[in-house]
Amino acid sequence: MASLRLLLAKPWVWSFIGAGLVWLATVAFTGGYGGGGMITAALSLAVFTVIVGVGQMFVITLGPGNVDLSLPANIGLASAVAMKVMDGNDAMIVVGLLAALACGMAIGAANYLLIRALRIPPIIATLSASFIIQSIDISYGRGLQIKPPPGFADFTNWQVFGIPVLAILTVVFTIGAAIALQRMIYGRSVLAIGQNIRAAWLAGVNVGRTRFLTYTLSGALGGLDGALLAGYFRGANVDIGNEYLLASIAVVVIGGTSVAGGKANVPGVWGAALFLVLLLTMLNTFGVSAGVRLVLTGLIIVGVITAAGGQKALR
Amino acid sequence: MLRSLLPALSLVLVLLAIAWLNPRAISYFGFSLMLNLAIPIALATIAQMFVIAGNELDLSIGTFVGFVGCVTATWLKDAPLIGVLILLGSIGVYALLGALIHLRNLPSIVVTLGMSFVWQGLAILVLPKPGGKAPDWLLSLMAFKPPLVPFPIIAALLIAAVVHFGLMRTSYGVILRGSGGNAAALERAGWSLLRTKIVLFALAGLFGVLSGMALIGITTSADANIGNGYTLLSIAGVILGGGEFVGGRVSPIGAVLGALTLALAASPLLTFMHIPPDWQVAANGAILIIVLAARVLISRRER
Repeated sequence: MASLRLLLAKPWVWSFIGAGLVWLATVAFTGGYGGGGMITAALSLAVFTVIVGVGQMFVITLGPGNVDLSLPANIGLASAVAMKVMDGNDAMIVVGLLAALACGMAIGAANYLLIRALRIPPIIATLSASFIIQSIDISYGRGLQIKPPPGFADFTNWQVFGIPVLAILTVVFTIGAAIALQRMIYGRSVLAIGQNIRAAWLAGVNVGRTRFLTYTLSGALGGLDGALLAGYFRGANVDIGNEYLLASIAVVVIGGTSVAGGKANVPGVWGAALFLVLLLTMLNTFGVSAGVRLVLTGLIIVGVITAAGGQKALR
Repeated sequence: MLRSLLPALSLVLVLLAIAWLNPRAISYFGFSLMLNLAIPIALATIAQMFVIAGNELDLSIGTFVGFVGCVTATWLKDAPLIGVLILLGSIGVYALLGALIHLRNLPSIVVTLGMSFVWQGLAILVLPKPGGKAPDWLLSLMAFKPPLVPFPIIAALLIAAVVHFGLMRTSYGVILRGSGGNAAALERAGWSLLRTKIVLFALAGLFGVLSGMALIGITTSADANIGNGYTLLSIAGVILGGGEFVGGRVSPIGAVLGALTLALAASPLLTFMHIPPDWQVAANGAILIIVLAARVLISRRER
């Protein structure tokens, strides 16, 4: 009983409970039909939100004002780079993935350069960068819908006993991210900077390097996500990343990470991503129109954050 | 000193570039055409400025402008009374959001992010397909051609003057800005922070409504996605205009100048420079970066 109460006190548990409730409501509606397939589909789609969500989480944890608005443009450009480099050739898959990663890292590093050299607030820096990246993507992609190599498309859609392999790999990745956050000097530095940047600096934390690494990490994850999305949806396009701006921020906050910084939660990102994907599935199953679906999604996000309450006064 | 002149300087610079590239554009007709969309952008920027003055951020203003546009092109024309009630109600929703954010101590980024879905959904429900038509009085207002000075310039001056007086010259305006500057001190002095937040958000809603109506007055018909770009434009406008994200440091005149700079730079300048449409979005980003870099250089020298 005591352990249960301890579990319920953890903020991330609620996002999983929410996801479970939404799943139950949908299964009850369909009369038990398609419950397993729904979980498989939810896992495969949640992966893409989780990957960018983790990057966004590290950025947001750096403290007030830190947020990466360049993720959608980053995803779009990286998806085009990956598909062009792979060029439909199975032998080039690894090279294409590395190219997408490098593209994302370059964007992340450029973001930090703007923040550091021009002392621009991160929101505006990543916003301006996203305008430029978007143009590069439009001009580079030129409306070409380049197909992924068959091997890569199969890999991103690969399932074992109804569990997407990509989801398993992402779980391993998130465990790594959680260890990095809680047990490694890098993660502890991010948390310290988010709690009090001046105190962290006085305590000898290398603030500049940690922030640089965090923006580069977020960029790299955006790049990877772009390549995987292009594989999963069988083609790159400029708009492929659009929904991940809102989604990446929403999963971080619903998952129990503090927007004021200094307090992050990795498992919550998974719970919140599953919750959002299942919520969309449920509304689709209920057959509501696109307008109603958007309204309900928005109201539920506002409702969840209201129920969870704010910890804004952390400073 | 130089820093406060920067918004005006950047506008002059963009104007000089346009005059150099195409002298004929500097005329009554040229300005009416180039500044066509400046009025709704300026109004949306002012809306965002009120929210930023209270240390919050509104990520839903773009879809809100789109929602207002859809209501304007349908209800406000066909059933004006209901249309007016819907628009007043939506300002009320903004006020309620301000109250909610204050009472539950919520991060405004997330709340307005959620609301951006709500407004977009409502816009689609009101107007499932692009279409509708602006009310005639609105069309004739936006097509107004005053002598000598083009309407967008007069409108911009008017907006800047009214908001400047209200926020910078009245005593309650000082309180409103103070809620972003030092909330704790304000509360100890006996002012209600709940009330300042409600007023700031209601003002944002009001100017969002004006922006959506002005936009439809120009485009004549609506589309649920018509305002989506305004969220980022409005934030960029406030920052270009010398506003800061925290501390209640905003400038209405600067915000309007920032909006005009963005409206001019967005397409007329680039068309004259023969920059292909692909790169026009990038130019917006580049202008933001250049202005902010100039600001840093100036601040460093003044220190």
